[in-house]
Amino acid sequence: MTETVTMAPPAAPVAEPKPEARPDTNSIFRHARYVMSENPVTGFAFALFALIAICALIGPYIVPYDPLASDTTATLQPPSVRHWFGTDQLGRDIFSRVVVATRLDFVIALSSVALVFAFGGLAGIAAGFIGGWTDRIVSRLADTIMAFPLFVLAMGIVAALGNTVTNIVIATAIINFPLYVRVARAEANVRRDAGFVQAARLSGNGEYRIVLMHILPNIMPIMMVQVSLTMGYAILNAAGLSFIGLGVKPPTPEWGIMVAEGAANIISGEWWIALFPGAALMIAVFCFNLLGDGLRDLVDPQRRT
Amino acid sequence: MLATIGKRLLTVIPTLIGVVIVTFLLTRVLPGDPAVYFAGPAATPESIAEIRKNLGFDRPLPEQFVQYVNDLAHGDFGSSLSTGKPVATEITSRLPASAELTLLGLIVSLVIAVPLGILAAVKQGSWVDHTCRIVATAGVSLPVFFTGLLLVYIFYFQLGWSPAPVGRLDAFATAPPHITGFFLIDTLAVGDFENFRAAFGQLILPAMTLAIFSLAPIARMTRASMLAVLASEFVRTARASGLDNRTVILTYAFRNAMLPVVTTLGMVFSFLLGANVLVEKVFAWPGIGSYAVEALLQSDFAPVQGFVLTMAVLYVALNLLIDILYGVIDPRVRLEG
Repeated sequence: MTETVTMAPPAAPVAEPKPEARPDTNSIFRHARYVMSENPVTGFAFALFALIAICALIGPYIVPYDPLASDTTATLQPPSVRHWFGTDQLGRDIFSRVVVATRLDFVIALSSVALVFAFGGLAGIAAGFIGGWTDRIVSRLADTIMAFPLFVLAMGIVAALGNTVTNIVIATAIINFPLYVRVARAEANVRRDAGFVQAARLSGNGEYRIVLMHILPNIMPIMMVQVSLTMGYAILNAAGLSFIGLGVKPPTPEWGIMVAEGAANIISGEWWIALFPGAALMIAVFCFNLLGDGLRDLVDPQRRT
Repeated sequence: MLATIGKRLLTVIPTLIGVVIVTFLLTRVLPGDPAVYFAGPAATPESIAEIRKNLGFDRPLPEQFVQYVNDLAHGDFGSSLSTGKPVATEITSRLPASAELTLLGLIVSLVIAVPLGILAAVKQGSWVDHTCRIVATAGVSLPVFFTGLLLVYIFYFQLGWSPAPVGRLDAFATAPPHITGFFLIDTLAVGDFENFRAAFGQLILPAMTLAIFSLAPIARMTRASMLAVLASEFVRTARASGLDNRTVILTYAFRNAMLPVVTTLGMVFSFLLGANVLVEKVFAWPGIGSYAVEALLQSDFAPVQGFVLTMAVLYVALNLLIDILYGVIDPRVRLEG
């Protein structure tokens, strides 16, 4: 990200084919660089995020061992030069498994967040913008979901829908629904009769067009912060569900289930089986939480902590 | 005060109705045949048809709902398929184990987090403040089942300080007589100190796990709200009037700063009740969470449904309690109510 900033030419708008686009992106990057220099932790979070993204994208092609291949001559080996994170009961290389698992965990979290972003955001905007009965129904629905301890509700949903990875995604999306509705509703509500909306209405824009072209772009930044903050929670939730045996089936490498597989070995001292996937999980969640805080500073300086 | 509580009680009713509807819908409307879930994995078409008839799934939905509510009103949560025992009795007998664990976890967490948050706010920028920030950020990122295993490794395997994670008491100890169902209280009530120590030893690691998990939001909120209150004018006035630091912080600032913290407890309970399930799984704790997990893996739906409903009702009740507590701490809420 910082690279892009340094590579950008120092404002030569006359030579550019699209002069009006330049200063805009430039100022965003400058602001981003400013925030990052103020808060190096955010820069660190971006670096972590890049690492996770790389593991998710090309992880399966760079790992030294097949994550599913067992090797009976090398079971329960502690971390060594050959096996960086050691091996498990079946002699599978834990480093390879942890890296390969990144993609699955990432995809589960990302798709559930994308799902709730679309539905929760839409329902929230509708509730805030239209008000009336729409608002009452959406808010009541969100309140009812909030009346459950969220992880417990997720368990119930997976149990009812069936024990699959898709349903873990759906359950995680449903328990995050109230959060998105609240943010989108509040943001849409304060802008419902804002000056620029009334101006758009006066110049003949339809309500749908106003929502799409005027409300949505204004709400987007704050929603993106929400996305980052809930990504961490979504990863934790999905891993928790697979830890208790829902969704992902062994021998598929996934962090939650790998911790569960290593749980029995903890009391006999083979710590590495559970530790490394658990640590990967922790780092991923930590990264998204930091990123969320950093993005919030970027988007909403008043709420900076 | 009583009128306020009464009014607040009324607002619980729609929430409870919503909760019952959702737990009902979880089984009946979602895709898939509920009778198949109830029948379990090894069912024949005939047995499924029979179960459908017995459970009334062939009747229209509203009628089924009335039947469901009627059963609930009589304390009938259905029966478990694998054990054949009624779900309600099983949940009642396991509830104290979960409650004892969760409450102790919450108490430990409050005892650590509140002073930590206050100190961090009073000495802003000091090492206490930095510790508080690290604890708050790390705490929310740690998967609770992972913390539990880490604690088991350190305190059981490495140091040998705590007993094996095998439930509430080890296999050779006899359970205390059932008075409250809380082992810590029951053993003390009969003066059995040896068993008290044993039960406490089993309880401390899972309770610590839950505490570490719930520390973060409480500490963070205490710090933030203490900072806000300490910057307010009445605190400045109190200081200007020559009150000593202790009185200003504990009597003036703390009581006001507690209000947002009490509100956060609602969210903390939501996390705790969920985390409880995972902690029970790690420590083989015989609570309602592990009951539900066992049933889930066998596609035994009645216990899961009963569990979700019990947890939701508990959570609603806890939120109600928090609101009442809020009124006790803040007289303004009472007047407005």
